[in-house]
Amino acid sequence: MVEKTEQIKGTSLWRDAWRRLLKNRLAVFGMIVLALMILLVAIGPIVMRLTTGITADYVPSQVDEGDLVHSFPPSLQHPMGTDEAGRDLFARVLQGGRISLMVGLISTLVSLLVGVSYGAIAGYLGGRIDNIMMRIVDMIYAIPYILIVIVLLSIFGGPNTPAFIAQLSETFGGAGNQGLSQIFLLFFSLGLISWLTMARVVRGQILSLKNEEFVLAAKALGVSTFGIIFRHLVPNALGPVIVYATLTVPSIMLSEAFLSFLGMGVQAPYASWGSLAADGIKNISIFPWQLIFPGVTMALTLFSLNFLGDGLRDALDPQTRKF
Amino acid sequence: MPAHYAARMAAFHMTNGNGTILSVTDLRTYFHTEDGIVKAVDGISFELKKGETLGVVGESGSGKSVTNLSLMRLIPEPPGKIVAGDIIFDGTDVRALPIDDVRKIRGKRMAMIFQDPMTSLNPFLKISTQLTEVTRLHLGHTKKQAYDHAVKMLETVGIPEAHERIDNYPHEFSGGMRQRVMIAMALSCDPELLIADEPTTALDVTIQAQILELIKDLKKRMGTSVILITHDLGVVAGMTDKIIVMYAGKVFEQAPTRELFATPANPYTKGLLKSVPDPAHEQGKELYQIPGLPPDVAHLPPGCSFAERCYRAEEICRTDFPPFVQVNEGHHSLCHFAKEVYEDSKTKSANDGSKG
Repeated sequence: MVEKTEQIKGTSLWRDAWRRLLKNRLAVFGMIVLALMILLVAIGPIVMRLTTGITADYVPSQVDEGDLVHSFPPSLQHPMGTDEAGRDLFARVLQGGRISLMVGLISTLVSLLVGVSYGAIAGYLGGRIDNIMMRIVDMIYAIPYILIVIVLLSIFGGPNTPAFIAQLSETFGGAGNQGLSQIFLLFFSLGLISWLTMARVVRGQILSLKNEEFVLAAKALGVSTFGIIFRHLVPNALGPVIVYATLTVPSIMLSEAFLSFLGMGVQAPYASWGSLAADGIKNISIFPWQLIFPGVTMALTLFSLNFLGDGLRDALDPQTRKF
Repeated sequence: MPAHYAARMAAFHMTNGNGTILSVTDLRTYFHTEDGIVKAVDGISFELKKGETLGVVGESGSGKSVTNLSLMRLIPEPPGKIVAGDIIFDGTDVRALPIDDVRKIRGKRMAMIFQDPMTSLNPFLKISTQLTEVTRLHLGHTKKQAYDHAVKMLETVGIPEAHERIDNYPHEFSGGMRQRVMIAMALSCDPELLIADEPTTALDVTIQAQILELIKDLKKRMGTSVILITHDLGVVAGMTDKIIVMYAGKVFEQAPTRELFATPANPYTKGLLKSVPDPAHEQGKELYQIPGLPPDVAHLPPGCSFAERCYRAEEICRTDFPPFVQVNEGHHSLCHFAKEVYEDSKTKSANDGSKG
């Protein structure tokens, strides 16, 4: 008599990959740091306001109007010290982290939505359509992307803000909020260029997948072109897409920091890690904590994202590690 | 037996099986390559009645698969193109239909089983997802209905503990089980025509027998017409009503199964039959094989494309294209000497009969 085995549960390739990922120490470290960072950035400012009453634009009471120096080194009350104006740096780093992470995530989301669909459609349809679609990508690629962003930011920044962005910032932050619409413009500009490489990555994957027999089998079952692309092909291409997406987040964050550092991106009263570092660098010899804390926080986050991306690549494509 | 099968069987018996489900006339599918035009299928005609099984036999590259992909309009275009011919499926000309209407036929009324079950299932999707996709698409099932139907189909094709295995992924199934899943998928919408493209080539002999038995059984229960493509004559012998033998994109012989095996009227068919290993064959004796290789279909000679390999080729075979000769009721052969070959086979089988 054969005993009935316990419920047979499907093991997906995703679960296999997850198991491999958990064996990678650096990737696990990256995941933990990221999770903590996101948690801290998301609820940290709220907790701080409720417990100590300190907010990002809070000016400590001991700051005297007549004092020349408002920036204090780290203390128990201000773990990262205070900035030039005497505001708590820890609160500002958390606030800036919100914007930095958001820029990275939103742009990556755009690159996922636009890039994956664009690349998948071009790759699957092939022929002339593919040719036209990819030449468009090539053309946008040919212009240095930081230049596009700078041009976009300076054309549409300030009084020339496009209507839909003004609308967006009005919905979230009230009318005439210049700082906020500048941030939305930044999201938009970085999103606009972030999908290009993703489209190429996905197209390449789809090209090699579309001649697989299961695609023919799906066609023979009467599945539509849309269904074949998005139900059958895209899930198969998702491995490289996920890896590339995790590596896009830090690169976009770095671009944001770079732009803010140049003064093109996030502007006061809002802060991002890039703009905090830009403020800090002016006073590096006297108040080093102003640069060190935002810089270290950002570096830690970028390291973690890269570790996670590398770990995912190894986990999703086990062949590459065999030799 | 579900009610709609019964209804169809009744209708099937009323028409006495005379209704034609598929009629193909002078089908030509060409591929435009750098090497010139490859005439993969060059003037194929056949007819399939409801409930009948047709065997398509031939060596690799003879155009068997291309013929059947053409029937479902699955030829990749470019480089391929159906340049001529009519494909009449149950009264509609498939070739003239817009592609959206063809899509409604595919998987619903005409289904296909592929050669390699290891690659025909999407590795990233659960079996249940792949099985429910068809019925949700064609029969408008809800998620729940489709799921229940899928479990039932898996049971029908003999997957043990179907309701548990259904949420597995393809890599957790063996080759034979995957082929059963493919069959379940093909039969989900209860199609009128099932095209099986070498369904057992990738499987070992015991599984092969099981799968063939399954197709035979399902065909009987559902009244489906079947086109069975294979290069294994042993497979077609027990399964089909009639056979077409293909070579270099053309039909070389067409006959009822029994007659084809008993009295082949084409030297090529004779060669194929002779090359089947016989268990009673004297040990140590070399197995017969047709000399030479199939020709390059991009550059065919003007005469008979089999002439170079034929045991009784004469001058005329190399210069003139052979006629398609009728040697008996429903039995045709593409050969200059069809009648002679047929008579030879007849006397030989009569001799064998008297000896046995």
